[in-house]
Amino acid sequence: MDIGLAGQYVLNGLMLGIIYAMVAVGFTLFFGVLDIIKFSHGDVLTVGAFTALAAYAGVTALGLQSPWLILGVIALAAIAGTAVLGALIARFLIMPMRGAPPINVLLLTLMLGTALRESVRLFYPNGSNPKMFPRLLPGGAANFGRFTLRYDSVLIFVAGVAVIVGVSLLINRSKLGLAIRAVAQDAETARVMGIDLEAVVLFTFALGSALAALAGVMNGMYYSEINFNMGLLLGLIGFSAAIIGGLGNIYGAILGGFLFAALQTIGAVLLPVSSAYKDVFAFAAVIVLMAWRPTGLIAEKSSERV
Amino acid sequence: MGALRWGVGSVATVAVYAALFLYAEAQSVVIGLLVGAVVAMVMASRFDVLARVGESFARHERALDRLTFAACIAVAALFHDQHFVLLMLATVLLYFVACIGLNLQFGHTGVVNFAGAAFFGVGAYAAAVLSQHTPVPHLAIIVIAGAVAAVIGSVLIIPVLRTRGHYAAMVTIAFGVLFKTFLEVNDTLGGPQGLKLPGMSVFGIPFNANIALSDDAEISFYMHYVVLALLLAAGAYSLSRRIERSWIGLNLDAVRLDETACATFGIDVARWKIVAYTIGNALCGIAGAVYAMMTGFIAPNNFTFGDSLIMVSIILLGGVGNPRGVMIAAAVVLLLPEKLQMIQEYRFLLYAVLVMAVLLFRPEGLLPRRLRAYFPGGTS
Repeated sequence: MDIGLAGQYVLNGLMLGIIYAMVAVGFTLFFGVLDIIKFSHGDVLTVGAFTALAAYAGVTALGLQSPWLILGVIALAAIAGTAVLGALIARFLIMPMRGAPPINVLLLTLMLGTALRESVRLFYPNGSNPKMFPRLLPGGAANFGRFTLRYDSVLIFVAGVAVIVGVSLLINRSKLGLAIRAVAQDAETARVMGIDLEAVVLFTFALGSALAALAGVMNGMYYSEINFNMGLLLGLIGFSAAIIGGLGNIYGAILGGFLFAALQTIGAVLLPVSSAYKDVFAFAAVIVLMAWRPTGLIAEKSSERV
Repeated sequence: MGALRWGVGSVATVAVYAALFLYAEAQSVVIGLLVGAVVAMVMASRFDVLARVGESFARHERALDRLTFAACIAVAALFHDQHFVLLMLATVLLYFVACIGLNLQFGHTGVVNFAGAAFFGVGAYAAAVLSQHTPVPHLAIIVIAGAVAAVIGSVLIIPVLRTRGHYAAMVTIAFGVLFKTFLEVNDTLGGPQGLKLPGMSVFGIPFNANIALSDDAEISFYMHYVVLALLLAAGAYSLSRRIERSWIGLNLDAVRLDETACATFGIDVARWKIVAYTIGNALCGIAGAVYAMMTGFIAPNNFTFGDSLIMVSIILLGGVGNPRGVMIAAAVVLLLPEKLQMIQEYRFLLYAVLVMAVLLFRPEGLLPRRLRAYFPGGTS
């Protein structure tokens, strides 16, 4: 294979990886603070992407012209909408389930995901068909032989990296991040130290959901298309990524996201059979990885309490 | 000891209600019946009727199980000439068999399995391939399909045994998605278009021909499948009850409740997980094989992650670990969308909201499992 084509695959893998990593970071944040898996995360992403689309219709109707301004407005709308949605979900559905068996929470959020997905399909105008996502980033591309570098891809990638670096700085350097980490380590002790548990949980869910919305918008701009079903597979992949990285560890989630993208790319390029088997290959590899490292590559630090 | 009448009364009520519900066509009647059922359930639990019925079932288990079997036959006989109703009944019974399998895994042993529909599909595809390309008798195909599902499930045993909680759930979810994607891209298995199957034929009886009673009266050919599914359901039910009452069931419960304590008392955790997991997958495969031969057509879209979720919610709604609750939940979950045509479009949404409400307000399910009673009427 020539180097240009190989480069194209690597670039494509990196694009997927950054989107997966953003979704996976959300999963790992939620698991950190409440020890739960919020499976509706992928569908919150869908809601974010559709909020952005609705906002786009709104601002163009108002006569806004500048693509950067429009982009800013729709991204903010998506972030704000899903952050509120995430906090509401945490407050009214997840917090009351504290102490319930983990399987019940998993099922609850799976059902919530179905409800969100179906709501988008039924209540967004013509929601069951794929929607064009507007191209707001500058077009054009640089060509190096068979390697094409689209400028909008570069911008999306840089934005993704910036967001992830920002979140990890927030978690590791700020006082709020300290509170989140304290709750993640031991909720009871954190409360004794005067941390408002509910506020921290709500903020974490808002943050994770906003990340998902950004991932949804980025995904929409990359493929120029969104549909009501997109969150299901993205959520599943984000969950797998968070799991193979090791739950509760933000670096594990990022590693897992890129690893999953790498597996898919390898599956598409190197498998002797048709590239349609790439997802089969990636999920099979996830199962094998789980058999090898049952709590992920960066293992959870916990001891069994008897 | 006059408690038998409570059990008999409840079985009769449910049977009559089921018949009325299946008979109702007008949407207003269906909705009226549903409201009636909800009111009746609330009243029943308010006035301790549920407790009395439960006690009656505990005391007269064998008699009431037979009565339930007879009631199923009676309902099927009532609709003997209606293809669609019988198809629905058989589907409910087959889902019941599969859910009994998942219940053994999850309700008894605590092994989560979010790939129930995938194992159901393994059985279905095994049946399709065998019945198309080999002359294996159809009853043997059902057994082989169960074995194939168990064998394919054993591929997952190592990751399932080594992982716990969310990680174990992930393994089965990944398998479910992998299976469906594999079917979609694999051309030998029909790809997204799926496969066609010939109808069953057992001991020279063609299952896909109506049974003529006289010149103008016929029994729908689906009756064959209803009877077969009912026999399978009865078999799965008694297998599950027998396992529950035996020392095997005791071991399974111990594994679910505390693995560490189990291991200290010399119970082989891995072995019992493997036992429950294998039996459960085999039951899913068996149900899938009959389902495939009954509908005569299968496609990857019949075995999605969403269908696995439906199976898990049947178990959770019915009351984890309780096969009778699973029966009722399977009927509610599968029949409701078929009868309520007006909600057809909204069914997944309503359904998701319903399950969420149950999880939030009655997390133990509608009919939770009781402590095991070794003696009729004992502590239950």
